[in-house]
Amino acid sequence: MSKITQIEGKAVPVEGNDIDTDRIIPARYLKEITFTNMGKYPFYDERFDAEGKPKGHPFDLPQFSGAHILFVNQNFGCGSSREHAPQALMRWGIRAIIGESFAEIFAGNCTMLGIPTATVSQDEMRKLQSLVKAKPEIQFTLDLEKKTLLSGGKEHLRFDIHESKRNALVNGTWDSTGLLLANAAKTAEVARKLPYVAGF
Amino acid sequence: MSKGTLYNKVWDAHVVEKLPTGQYQLFIGLHLIHEVTSPQAFDMVAEKGLKVAYPQRTFATVDHIVPTQNQARPFADAEAEQMMGAIEKNVKKFGVPFFDFDSGSQGIVHIIGPEMGLTQPGMTIACGDSHTSTHGAFGTLAFGIGTTQVRDVLATQCLAMDALKVRRVNVNGKLNPGVTAKDVTLYIIQKLGVKGGIGYAYEYGGSVFDRFTMEERMTVCNMAIEGGARVGYVNPDQTTFDYLQGRKYAPGADKWDKALAYWKSVASDKEAQYDDVVEFNGEDIEPIVTWGITPDQSVGVNDKLPEVGRFSPDEVKTVELAYRHMDLKPGSPIKGTPIDVAFIGSCTNGRLSDLREAAKVAKGRKVARTVRAFVVPGSQKVKAAAEKEGLDKVFTEAGFEWRGAGCSMCLAMNPDKLKGREISASSSNRNFIGRQGSKDGRTMLMSPAMVAAAAVEGRVTDVRELMKTS
Repeated sequence: MSKITQIEGKAVPVEGNDIDTDRIIPARYLKEITFTNMGKYPFYDERFDAEGKPKGHPFDLPQFSGAHILFVNQNFGCGSSREHAPQALMRWGIRAIIGESFAEIFAGNCTMLGIPTATVSQDEMRKLQSLVKAKPEIQFTLDLEKKTLLSGGKEHLRFDIHESKRNALVNGTWDSTGLLLANAAKTAEVARKLPYVAGF
Repeated sequence: MSKGTLYNKVWDAHVVEKLPTGQYQLFIGLHLIHEVTSPQAFDMVAEKGLKVAYPQRTFATVDHIVPTQNQARPFADAEAEQMMGAIEKNVKKFGVPFFDFDSGSQGIVHIIGPEMGLTQPGMTIACGDSHTSTHGAFGTLAFGIGTTQVRDVLATQCLAMDALKVRRVNVNGKLNPGVTAKDVTLYIIQKLGVKGGIGYAYEYGGSVFDRFTMEERMTVCNMAIEGGARVGYVNPDQTTFDYLQGRKYAPGADKWDKALAYWKSVASDKEAQYDDVVEFNGEDIEPIVTWGITPDQSVGVNDKLPEVGRFSPDEVKTVELAYRHMDLKPGSPIKGTPIDVAFIGSCTNGRLSDLREAAKVAKGRKVARTVRAFVVPGSQKVKAAAEKEGLDKVFTEAGFEWRGAGCSMCLAMNPDKLKGREISASSSNRNFIGRQGSKDGRTMLMSPAMVAAAAVEGRVTDVRELMKTS
């Protein structure tokens, strides 16, 4: 599994608090039994009208095409635990998300896919979103080791990220199955001691 | 830091190891799966050449995509049929017990777990569904997870988790007549906000919770996640033990005393320490209706909709979007808002007591001509029990449709959907934009009795006014 230490690229702003996972990916797309096509669907109902014509959502604006970093506000990804939401963003091209705060299930799902969820203050996010709207061509570098965001090669600000999530990403252990399997014997021991597992 | 709470005790008993990342490896005592978030997880397990580590600790059912009207196979929707085929194949291949239609125990995953006695105090529970918090009503730590985490539980029976803080949420005093557990949970979310619970487990307590039945406790814990809290729980007590006794998977008479000893031991100590404590008075709670697009945008049924200026500057955009989407006006009353659809059901309010409360209102009345109304029992067992009491007749005589068990219009992954700009009175848990199957559709959340009242009046109504005349 790869170590994720730096993510570089253009950014795309999606503004608003409490953007839930139903808005990120409508439930009708969850009927597919693989994640393969999810990249076609992020924010679908906010992006397209009834005839399928784009309505001018940032994901469809040419200046943000190819962006890898998503700038969001508070409580992003609240609601349903559907991993289809980060899968859709990832398969569209998002490699990192910076926001004011994240819903926990969503942030956990992102980590499992190797997507950092970094936080900055409200004021800093306003500035970042304004900056990227004014100068969409700016290249950002998110450095997980230094916890800094560079814009146009210059240090712009420091961000926060949950320490265990950062460790998992920079050490390449974000796909946790291997870590958990390594403790299989200890797991069996814990299970044996639990009265209900032992059948009382 | 919290100490001596149920959260601490159950967490500590299930920690396998502190991982090099700083997360904890947590043993999961009960894993519940359904058709939507499991197929990719089973594929990942197979691709890694792994097996299901503890197949006897995973239980499967189908709920999200199942039609509630015609459940004959193959389903009319080819995608739903394919999804059904995938779970049938996977449970067989990996040896997982499966509550399908023929079992008589199929239903919404969060309703059947408790109903069959699978959910027991002192367990850790995981399910690829955010409303897993429901099971906390029994004094469990119950986590909603994503599909890759479902893979981890299948392959290892463990999750890599970060520890949470614990907030005690007390509701003391008495609830007024007509005020239900749904109103209590919506009130708590209104006061603490949809982001208020981030980083916390909510421990619900106080005299209102002491008096609550298990079904009422489940309604509150179900919506812990809507307040941002990943888990919510109530300490187990005699009400919990009485509920469990005699259920299919509950410990038998020969094991009962040992089980009781464990269950009592996990309850929070009297001198437990919390990271935060909040207090509410039951008397302050009115029947609540949501007017917006997040579950904290709500008012008492007799209140006027809040002015935009009342919100903090960073909330204004969401509030304006909410008013635009809902086509409601600040300052106007919520009572009297006409509805198109009335939906009674879901993992929040699809249990027998919910249907009884709604039936009391529906009895002897007629659904308004302008309203499409339907009742969806949460499980096959709830449906059978309701029919035994004649609730189905009460509903159908009043003009409600009586359906088969499933998630139905809570998330509209099945034929039950809003159309166009329709507005619903719904006993479910989310009023998000597009949640009920139409991107322009609108949802007002309320208790099942309030939904029944709205159905018969054709508009949002204070159910207490109907109680006076019935």
